[in-house]
Amino acid sequence: MVPKGRTLQPRSKALARQETISAYLFLLPSLLFFVTFVIIPMFMCVFNSFFNYTSTTFEFAGFANYIRMWKDPVFIKALKNTVLIVVVSVPAVMVFSLWVASAIYNMNSFALSFYRCIFYLPVVTGSVAVTVVWKWMFNKYTGVFNYVLGATGVIDQNISWLGDEKFAIWCIILILFTTSIGQPIVLYVSALGNVDKTLVEAAQVDGATDLQTFWKIKWPSIMPTTLYVVVITTINSFQCFALIELLTSGGPNNSTQTIMYYIYYVVFKLDQFGYGNAMGVILAIIIAVFSAIQFKFGSQK
Amino acid sequence: MKKIISLLVTAAMCVSMVACGGNNQTNSNASGSNTGAGETKITLWTYPVGKFGDEATVKGFIDNFNKVYPEIKVNVEFLSYKDGDNQVTAALEAGTAPDLILEGPERLVSNWGAKGKMVDISDLWTDTKADIDAQSPAIAAACNKDGVYYEYPFCMTTHCMAINYDVFEKAGALQYLDLENRTWTTENFVKAMEAVKKSGLVQETGVVYCGGQGGDQGTRALVTNLYSAQFTNPEHTKYVIDEANGVKGLELIKEMTDKGILSYDAGIQASEELQLFANGTAAVSFCWNAANEANYASQVNFKPYAMAFPSDDGKPELAGGIWGFGIFDNGDQARIDASKKFIKFICDDETQAKESVKATGFFPVKASYGNVYAGTADEERMAGYTTMMTYLGDYYNVAPNWAEQRTAWWNMLQSIFSGTSVKDATAKYVSEVNK
Amino acid sequence: MNTKKKATPYKVITAIALAILAILFTFPLYWIITGSLKDAAAINSVVPQWFPTAPTLDNYARLFAKPSIKWLLNTVIMAVAAMGLTCLTSSLAGYALAKKRFTGRQILFTLMVCAMALPKQVILIPLLKEMAFLNLHDTLWAVILPTVGWPFGVFLMKQFSENIPTEMLEAARIDGAGEALTFTKIVFPMIKPGVGALAIFTFINSWNDYFLQLIMLNSSKALTISLGIAKMQAEMATDFGLIMAGAALAAVPIITVFLMFQSYFTQGITMGAVKG
Repeated sequence: MVPKGRTLQPRSKALARQETISAYLFLLPSLLFFVTFVIIPMFMCVFNSFFNYTSTTFEFAGFANYIRMWKDPVFIKALKNTVLIVVVSVPAVMVFSLWVASAIYNMNSFALSFYRCIFYLPVVTGSVAVTVVWKWMFNKYTGVFNYVLGATGVIDQNISWLGDEKFAIWCIILILFTTSIGQPIVLYVSALGNVDKTLVEAAQVDGATDLQTFWKIKWPSIMPTTLYVVVITTINSFQCFALIELLTSGGPNNSTQTIMYYIYYVVFKLDQFGYGNAMGVILAIIIAVFSAIQFKFGSQK
Repeated sequence: MKKIISLLVTAAMCVSMVACGGNNQTNSNASGSNTGAGETKITLWTYPVGKFGDEATVKGFIDNFNKVYPEIKVNVEFLSYKDGDNQVTAALEAGTAPDLILEGPERLVSNWGAKGKMVDISDLWTDTKADIDAQSPAIAAACNKDGVYYEYPFCMTTHCMAINYDVFEKAGALQYLDLENRTWTTENFVKAMEAVKKSGLVQETGVVYCGGQGGDQGTRALVTNLYSAQFTNPEHTKYVIDEANGVKGLELIKEMTDKGILSYDAGIQASEELQLFANGTAAVSFCWNAANEANYASQVNFKPYAMAFPSDDGKPELAGGIWGFGIFDNGDQARIDASKKFIKFICDDETQAKESVKATGFFPVKASYGNVYAGTADEERMAGYTTMMTYLGDYYNVAPNWAEQRTAWWNMLQSIFSGTSVKDATAKYVSEVNK
Repeated sequence: MNTKKKATPYKVITAIALAILAILFTFPLYWIITGSLKDAAAINSVVPQWFPTAPTLDNYARLFAKPSIKWLLNTVIMAVAAMGLTCLTSSLAGYALAKKRFTGRQILFTLMVCAMALPKQVILIPLLKEMAFLNLHDTLWAVILPTVGWPFGVFLMKQFSENIPTEMLEAARIDGAGEALTFTKIVFPMIKPGVGALAIFTFINSWNDYFLQLIMLNSSKALTISLGIAKMQAEMATDFGLIMAGAALAAVPIITVFLMFQSYFTQGITMGAVKG
């Protein structure tokens, strides 16, 4: 996915140095922000994670925070939930958006942009606005879900969707799903539009079914887009903080606890900065490995 | 399109310039101490203690204050119980903590005071301690840690519960209540809830909320009173809800929810439960007090009747609330002095102090103030709550790890309702909070 | 184009499914807007009122009694400033990463890619401490600056800059054009669609970044609309009418921006990704 683009070939050492200097001058403004607000905090985070660090203490603690983590059942649960969210929502978003895109990409331009807009709406409605309306829809007493399901006879008793361990995390994943598919659909629509039509027609002349055409011809040529979709959906899945903070606070019984929320909780509610930072380091490592793998795959294609 | 883009970028740059200017100003307001000749700027953050969560009321009080001290400018911000603590934590870490804060000893003393974030305000107590002790020596005891006072209180109350009088009457459940003393026994509570359930007049009899820490004093009081359990040991050093009576109380609640004569909701907190009660969806509320009755007065179309929590021996022990001010140590003596003047004015000024108490909808901490509601429209309503002031129980909120305890509590309730045995859940809870 | 296609059962089912999905996806927004026009009785009724029979502006009156316009303004300032700064710094950096060969290029790019998905919760405490040190906590800058630091923009602009023909740059160099001139006259015009996409993308992202706003802002002067809604929800949990009015106020401007630049946006994001 990230091919090494052709670059200007420096002609001598002096020119190469000049090139490096000018490159860094271009990078300077961006690096200033990146280093100050991402890299330095990350280093501080790693440093702090070896300390018993609260609002009143700062003592060296070695690996105590890291050891504690694996003995903390809530952390384990949070880790599992975080993985669950990513593992469920990424393929679901990918398959669903590909299906929608293949259904709409050869529609007329009005219908196409109509559907594109519809599926993009939850993204641009804003995370907090979306979250509060879902909170109402999920409400046990005045929510539409209980009414519709009750009226159609699916359930005979109102369910506290966000207050029930069996449902809460799936409610979160559902909302996350609706706010994640907008961009993948846009991407797939244009990727499918770019598939070489002569190949598709040749296959059809040879008597290939729609399904065969899809797997043999379209799927390989939209592979780069798929990888990009996987990357952005993964990023998106890690941004579910607002949902959890506003809907469940990690409950019930930690069933919607994620590492992102648990860090916040440990730092702000339990006043354990060092421990929170240690969890942050682990999360960062997981994500870095994950991104590296995705990009490795991407650049091979 | 090209034009639009260049326009956008230009606009962005302009706005960021404006934002820059605007923000510098904001910043100097927040952190600047002395501006102009002899003028001091202080910041007050309030939790919604009665009408102290209402902008117009508090601004009115500040105007009163400025008539006496025109040189002190008070900037006020309103916190909510749901995320206020997090805001204070962030501000403490980032050095933008306010000068003054209005809340109770569980935060001012055992949290921020114990962490050394607050100023010793013992000197404010010198003249008035005798008067406050005359009301109850428990007040002063709650406001200090190791002899250092971090809170100067002005009002107090007991947290109780409320019933929908109309529903109870129609359901024939009033016979189980001692309406005069506002008490009921545990046995009668179960019977009353059964009667309400049977009547079918309401969707829910009562909802044990455990979606967060908001209003957890209500669920704590319910659990402890049912079989007269203690929440902490008498020295307030250890949580003891895992003892026999606490376990019995929790088991009864679990049993009642299993039978359907009570329900639970791990998706809501007290504010939502109150709304269910006010809407008439639920017949009782476990998070009631005088201020809530005033706040919900316009929304209810029935008679809410305040009751003490049910207790096996008929002698309830209600949790108290003691509210007052504390000062964060921002290292600026001028602002600390100005803050003290503000506290003295709001809590002790002859005319202002009673107004301050009335704004909270609670009772004064000073015995000499007597009945501040005498002769007002609220006199009758407050009389009922006066009855319950005598049930004021132990103020255990100053026990260590209080903040951890609060989150562990609702997590424990959730785990009990989702099937963990009460014994296991309470054992886990005490192991987490007794450190 | 195959225009003459039979209406197979599969196609009929797809069309119906799409129509249903379209309704479901618009429903939350519909529910926000109609909810904001309902009175308390309609809001709390167990049987939902699908269309407000007695619309009222009372919720909006209560909303505007709060400093909601100030919140909205703060959000716009924050999002626009983040957008402008991100576009500027990222287009410069993206170009350098794509078209220049220099020491540390690969390491830098890898670092940025790895940091892209990093949730901000990870660096919560250090970020707070930095803002305290810079004396910026509780100002909009505390939200703007970390947003600009997020490397996604650089990544996107690098993807776009790959499209620039190297021959053009070489020609410019032979003509004696300096770096600044090359950038403004050749590079920038070519990556403009990308800058447009990044602008909208950053705008939406910073508008939606509830977490950063939550930890960085606390005085009512500095609140954003997201925080304002969350605060209303914390104070009056089930006053859904008021909360929906707030949600509508937050959603309508950003949806308008999106609809105005919609085609531009889709063009931009697809160009960046398909290239990759």
